[in-house]
Amino acid sequence: MGSIRFDKVNKVFGTGKAGLNALEDIDLEIGEKEFVAIVGPSGCGKTTCLRIVAGFERPTSGAVSVNGKPVGSPGPDRAVVFQHFALFPWKSVRENIDLGLRNKRLAKAKRDALIADALKLMNLESHADAFPHQLSGGMQQRVAIARAYVLDPEVLLMDEPFGALDAQTRVTMQEELVRLTRVNPRTVLFITHSVEEAVYLADRVAVMTRRPGRIKEMIDVKTIRNAERWNTIQRIEDVMDLESFIHLRTHIWKSLREEKPEDRH
Amino acid sequence: MIDQPLKLRETIAYGLIGLGLFLGIWTLLSVSGWIPRQFLPAPLDVITRFVALLTTPFAGATLPQHLLSSFQRYLCGMLLAAIVGIPLGLLMGRFRLLDDILSPIFEGLRFIAPIAWVPFAALWFGTGIGGPVMIIFAGAFPPCLINSYRGARFVDPHLVEASQMLGTGHLRAIVEVLLPASVPSIVAGLRVAAGLGWQSLVGAELIVAASGVGFMMVQAQANVSTPTVMAGMIAIGIAGMLIDVLLRHGEAMIRRRRGL
Repeated sequence: MGSIRFDKVNKVFGTGKAGLNALEDIDLEIGEKEFVAIVGPSGCGKTTCLRIVAGFERPTSGAVSVNGKPVGSPGPDRAVVFQHFALFPWKSVRENIDLGLRNKRLAKAKRDALIADALKLMNLESHADAFPHQLSGGMQQRVAIARAYVLDPEVLLMDEPFGALDAQTRVTMQEELVRLTRVNPRTVLFITHSVEEAVYLADRVAVMTRRPGRIKEMIDVKTIRNAERWNTIQRIEDVMDLESFIHLRTHIWKSLREEKPEDRH
Repeated sequence: MIDQPLKLRETIAYGLIGLGLFLGIWTLLSVSGWIPRQFLPAPLDVITRFVALLTTPFAGATLPQHLLSSFQRYLCGMLLAAIVGIPLGLLMGRFRLLDDILSPIFEGLRFIAPIAWVPFAALWFGTGIGGPVMIIFAGAFPPCLINSYRGARFVDPHLVEASQMLGTGHLRAIVEVLLPASVPSIVAGLRVAAGLGWQSLVGAELIVAASGVGFMMVQAQANVSTPTVMAGMIAIGIAGMLIDVLLRHGEAMIRRRRGL
């Protein structure tokens, strides 16, 4: 399975004086089946990190590799869940999930079985033939997650996947994702600007600075989660009430607050 | 900016008032003798002529027969324009190289009025079906190409990224992502193409055909039968409107399906 490695990655958008330093010297290693979240102020380049792993952008210098192989063009080994779902509006839920499997040239029977599993996993069975616009935002994002999961990717890249959802749906989806990654662990790179979300979901949290984005601090959540047995608690609000959770969250908050707000002159 | 929408009944009433005024002034002008009848036939003469043409042949055929042969040419030309224009537009929207190669030629050609192709159309394809079809093509091709190009060019970039991430090959990405994403734009283009194609058709028939509504009108002009010319114009207008209504329904249906 997949590991992700950033090696002195720099990214400049544009050239010369107009060039914008988005990322500076990013060094990051994500182990197999590890869940790493990147938090940072908006515009700090956290999404750019994910887009480089996905193959949508190339680093200006440095290298990114998945499983030791340098990252090339986008592909199903690095499945992406987008903030705005990016489902094909003219395809039903089933057809959306099926496209990646058809691209893998799997036989129909095999595909049907995989789709059935994915639908069941994401509680979408009764919506298999619905079209995206007939579903709520939360449901649409479930489809997008199913579409990514069904590919059995080496790494799962999630770009603020719950950012476009309302608060209640968001909480449900966070709980679902925890359940999902427990049943079926993956290497996950998760981008978010919500500190709570990062602490609740991730094994490690990377805090990024304002532009040019650098990784300022790595916070180990997993050790504390295991020591304090967060996993035995069902509801997200009860986990968020724990002193150990609050302590971590406040620590990351302070780290982010030290980043001066953008000049707005 | 437009005023508040009216109730359907009011809309119809105002439409009828407009039509009534138009016909009234027209009748007044021709019946009063201010304009000689050969110059401007009275509405009643035109309607009588129109009804007569439904069954009595003129210039070798009745009006429905002329319309039918016009429609055949029209469908051929439209089909050809769509078959060539839509895939080419999608490819140009997808591959910048193709766009760079073809755009300058196309930008020059599209400002040549379809009627300007008449001499070459007659020379290359004759006056049967080929010549007029080429002129319809010249009218209908640009909107087909431009709109599918725009559709493909401005497709939601996240959908393109999603299809790449899923490992979709070039051909499948064009057929299953680019084409359906461009459908609303393509259908809007087809509507424009249908209008321009229909206008070009009648223009072409005025010059290079041996049947069709346009041909009937030229023959009528030669015989100084102004009511026949008018009747032809009315037939063209009504047929054009019907084509547009049909396509508009198609467009609305597609938008409903997409939940737009």
